[in-house]
Amino acid sequence: MTPELIGYITTFVLAAFVGIEVISKVPTILHTPLMSGSNAIHGIIFVGAISVTSASHGSLQLVLGLIAVVLATINVVGGFVVTDRMLEMFKPRRQAEAKR
Amino acid sequence: MSQINLLAASGLTLDEGVSLLYLLASVLFIVGLKQLSSPKGARQGNLTAALGMLIAVVASLTVIHPSGGKIIAMLVAVIIGTLVGAVSARRVKMTAMPQMVAAFNGVGGGAAALVSVGEFTRLVSGSNHGIVLAISVVFSVVIGSLSFAGSAIAFAKLQELMTGIPITYKGQQLVNGIILLGILVLAVDIVGFTSSIPVLVVLLIISLLLGVAFVLPIGGADMPVVISLLNAFTGLAVAASGFALGSTVLIVGGTLVGTSGTFLTMMMSDAMGRSLSNVLFAAVGKVTESSSGGDGATSQDQSVRSGTAEDIGVLLTYSQKVIIVPGYGLAVAQAQHVVRELADLLEQKGVEVSYAIHPVAGRMPGHMNVLLAEADVKYDQLKEMDEINDEFKLADVALIVGANDVVNPAAKTDPGSPIYGMPILNAEDAKNIVFMKRSMRPGFAGIDNQLMFDPKTIMFFGDAKESLTKLVAAVKVS
Repeated sequence: MTPELIGYITTFVLAAFVGIEVISKVPTILHTPLMSGSNAIHGIIFVGAISVTSASHGSLQLVLGLIAVVLATINVVGGFVVTDRMLEMFKPRRQAEAKR
Repeated sequence: MSQINLLAASGLTLDEGVSLLYLLASVLFIVGLKQLSSPKGARQGNLTAALGMLIAVVASLTVIHPSGGKIIAMLVAVIIGTLVGAVSARRVKMTAMPQMVAAFNGVGGGAAALVSVGEFTRLVSGSNHGIVLAISVVFSVVIGSLSFAGSAIAFAKLQELMTGIPITYKGQQLVNGIILLGILVLAVDIVGFTSSIPVLVVLLIISLLLGVAFVLPIGGADMPVVISLLNAFTGLAVAASGFALGSTVLIVGGTLVGTSGTFLTMMMSDAMGRSLSNVLFAAVGKVTESSSGGDGATSQDQSVRSGTAEDIGVLLTYSQKVIIVPGYGLAVAQAQHVVRELADLLEQKGVEVSYAIHPVAGRMPGHMNVLLAEADVKYDQLKEMDEINDEFKLADVALIVGANDVVNPAAKTDPGSPIYGMPILNAEDAKNIVFMKRSMRPGFAGIDNQLMFDPKTIMFFGDAKESLTKLVAAVKVS
């Protein structure tokens, strides 16, 4: 195993634990927005899609990469926007509470 | 470039600077997730994660060196993706949010699979690849494709492009077993022996099949849990792509989603009082031969009592305590404003009104809270199931608006029922039950509800919004 690989595995294992710890207690009403928000985070594959596309040789790799870029962009942009819309709905309630 | 000068001044190389920015992005993802899990910070949390994403994307652009043609092509790809993503996310109705999340998740899985295929074709032709690359690529392709196809089926089920009823057939286990075996054989072949690109393509196609086969036997009512699980899968596929590309930020981002998503999936099935394996493999909502023959016949023999808006208006006005049980029908009819109007009117007449929110009412956990919050329903009127279940016996009327399975007593009484064991709202304890429904059709889980035949129950048929409008008019005059 190379030192790089050891580093990646370390990162992976620690991130796995952080992922569990960070959301240990979530009220039911936030299950859906949380799912949607984390859905947007895995859009980080965009970074991979950009790097594969720019390093591509030949049209096959280029086309594969470009499709990946389109899909990943939809994931990122759509994911964050739709989550924000869900959470926007929580705003009027807070104002309503403040009014009372 | 000024940026490089800045880096030079700080004693960092460009690569080191980018790595640190990736670290910052990873931290923002973690903080964002943390904020997303409490009501106060949730919206901020989404923005925090988005900022992390922006930083990661900008950082990644400084280390690639594409030709001019590629820059234009990628720019076009990004513009197309942004338009599709933003427009569909903006336009989607609140009721269609679940399938939208499924769609965004699916494309993410597809992207992860394609990135890995691209990286594999590039490195295999240079033959400087190792076993780690092959394993990561295979994992990412299998899980990413599964998530893509599974999300597509989930989308089709929720969008009602296909039936929401679980699809099972004879020999299903065998077929699924063969698909799994095929994937295993091809994976071993690629990793251990051939490193063949055509084999990888076949593997991708079979994994798509597995995704379809995985979601087909799961009922529409359970889709939220499935989407959450597929979301976690996509996260893991992205992490695997990170191993293939040697990218720490992909590993962190993907793994965070992978494990937090798995945990969230378990919390969601807990909220339904079911185990995850029951959700995934029990084909709940399938109308079995015996139950359609038996129950179907009895329910047709039984009569229901239906009432007019005036009857129900009087009943509501002269009640002391009314509990409203909202469900998916309320969301479909966009009746959240009218229901609040009715509740306000009743309160003016001295009736105590509260809303009983079942954890899985609607098609997503929290669906009802979001809808009612939009209509400015006061927060303290929304009661969670555990909080309100004992109050039903004190209530004069339980007003069920477009809900069904979440008040089905079969969950408590009939061990043969597919929803047996799911915690329900005790609407049947109220002195009177007003059941507002479009038709006698069974609910999302595809099962009959004996509550409709309860002697205390008055049925009020029609679209939730129209019916509520009629009730508002009736209450005004009574």
